[in-house]
Amino acid sequence: MSLDDLYRQVIMDHYQHPRNRGHLEDASVAVALHNPSCGDELLLELAVKDGRVQEARFTGRGCSISMASASMLTEAVRGKPVAEALKMAENFRQMLQGGPAPENLGDLASLQGVVKFPMRIKCALLAWDALEKGLSQAGEKACPARNEVQNEENDGRPGSK
Amino acid sequence: MTKDLPQAEILDPSKPASLSPADLLDVDKIRPDFPILGETIDGHRLVYLDNAATSQKPRIVLEALRRFYEHDNANVYRSVHTLAARATQAYEDARARAARFIGAARPEEIVFTRGTTEALNLVAAAYGRSVLRPGDEIATTVAEHHSNLVPWQQTAKATGARLVFLPLRADGQIDLDAARRLIGPRTRIVAVAHVSNVLGTVAPVAELAQLAHAQGAVLVVDGAQSVPHMPVDVRALGADFLAFSGHKMCGPTGIGVLYGRYELLEKMPPVLFGGEMIEVVELEDSTFKDPPYRFEGGTPNIAGAVGLAAAMDYLDGIGREAIHRHETALTAYALERLAQVPDLELYGPRQVPYGGSGGSESVDSPAPGGRPGANALKTGVLAFNLRGIHPHDLATVLDAEGVAVRAGHHCAQPLMRWLGVQSTARASLYLYNTPEDVDALAAALAKAKEYFRRVSG
Ligand SMILES: Cc1ncc(COP(=O)(O)O)c(C=O)c1O
Repeated sequence: MSLDDLYRQVIMDHYQHPRNRGHLEDASVAVALHNPSCGDELLLELAVKDGRVQEARFTGRGCSISMASASMLTEAVRGKPVAEALKMAENFRQMLQGGPAPENLGDLASLQGVVKFPMRIKCALLAWDALEKGLSQAGEKACPARNEVQNEENDGRPGSK
Repeated sequence: MTKDLPQAEILDPSKPASLSPADLLDVDKIRPDFPILGETIDGHRLVYLDNAATSQKPRIVLEALRRFYEHDNANVYRSVHTLAARATQAYEDARARAARFIGAARPEEIVFTRGTTEALNLVAAAYGRSVLRPGDEIATTVAEHHSNLVPWQQTAKATGARLVFLPLRADGQIDLDAARRLIGPRTRIVAVAHVSNVLGTVAPVAELAQLAHAQGAVLVVDGAQSVPHMPVDVRALGADFLAFSGHKMCGPTGIGVLYGRYELLEKMPPVLFGGEMIEVVELEDSTFKDPPYRFEGGTPNIAGAVGLAAAMDYLDGIGREAIHRHETALTAYALERLAQVPDLELYGPRQVPYGGSGGSESVDSPAPGGRPGANALKTGVLAFNLRGIHPHDLATVLDAEGVAVRAGHHCAQPLMRWLGVQSTARASLYLYNTPEDVDALAAALAKAKEYFRRVSG
């Protein structure tokens, strides 16, 4: 049980310089989740259009693991088809249950060390719970008559690539 | 014999270590009673500082459980065989033991519950719902554990009563001047924690009892963090109800107590219906036993009660005044050590003893044995944050050093809001903790700072 397995540099980097932190003007769904045991709070906003996650942003307060995981999530799912984002969530969950780190996870693979700290797994999953909830809500909402939402281009806010 | 606290020594800032060895228990003799304290955590000696969450159990309690199951186990009341008689005797002996422990007038004032939460729910549901009318008031504070707030919220909703919050002073202590104004003719129930599970403050229970009784209201005391740590006498305090948990006082989990003055218990309808709480059951209706039995529907936690009685024997064997003195001395030392940690913010009083209620700066007489409910002492519950480190991250790093603390909102979200924080770390002491444990905490905190400085690059 080495702390360095948990607090990897890339995790601390996301914690201190969160990507996609903020709000979306054209969010299709916003999911507020809250870890009742530790008080961590997270608001995840998703812009879902044409079956794709166009953008994801988050705000909230929490520990390094929950915030880094949220930050990484917003980068990882951006531009992904909904089905692929859900698959990613599933892979991430499996990794935290002791499964291997799938290749496509990118920075998220750095959270694999959380497996050795069972009390912290919930922290890492908070944002992913929000994602799954949000995507299922977006799926329910989606209907063909829905107004076209202007697709925002890179707005130059920190973290948007 | 009540020995006076070395008050001057503790308060004298020129003395570096306020530790007064005369006040400490001989912990070397106590620690071997607790097998779990021999555990190592990742190669480190276990430094268990999460006693406000649950305490560890001495061998004598573990043995009482084992002895009960190996020799006396049967269901209570139901059968006439020898074991049933022994089990019933053991269970009722435990009730009498609990009554003695808190100075109840008679054993029938003790209702066994699963713990504090269930005990407080029982008062709120059975007493609260039967006496409260629309417009009546329940006075409580923002510092309550959720288990002494949420049941009252529900009862208020069901009855049309209103919650009134007695304000806290800056140090977290109940403002008695304000309480005098707010506890009025509409107040039917005053419900407060004797000791805060976050701030360690000791509420002025005896004074609140007077205020409540003057208005014909009852005082409900959440004793989860006081009964394990200091002498508590319900009649001296004027508590009409007192709730506490076995697992925080060296006893097993799943057993706790609701004390209620007998004439109040008699007014309360049962809330859990079924076996062993009835008198006569007809097809359409039933009559119920007298208290406390009407509140103990179903097979109770018999072994748990036996274990709790053993825990009470254990604590009294050492002496609750001695335990309180030990923890007070250790708390003073811990406050001093934590004050030396840079960037550490401590919540609640920073000294023991500290200024009494009523807004004056004077220091009340600490005499822990003489006035156990007096609002002069802070107990060994220390909530804090290290600037820039989330308490969860902090607790993980402390754990890697073998130091077990709690991090979170401590089931006190309104109090977190009052403090203006989302969560805190919390170290909490008990009779088996030592100055070395406090030193280990301080050292681990320094390490944590260093660690996060390093990994944050
Ligand atoms: C002040 C206070 N009240 C109530 C409780 C609830 O106790 P239990 O979980 O044993 O029911 C606790 C313990 O966490 C507490 O500290």
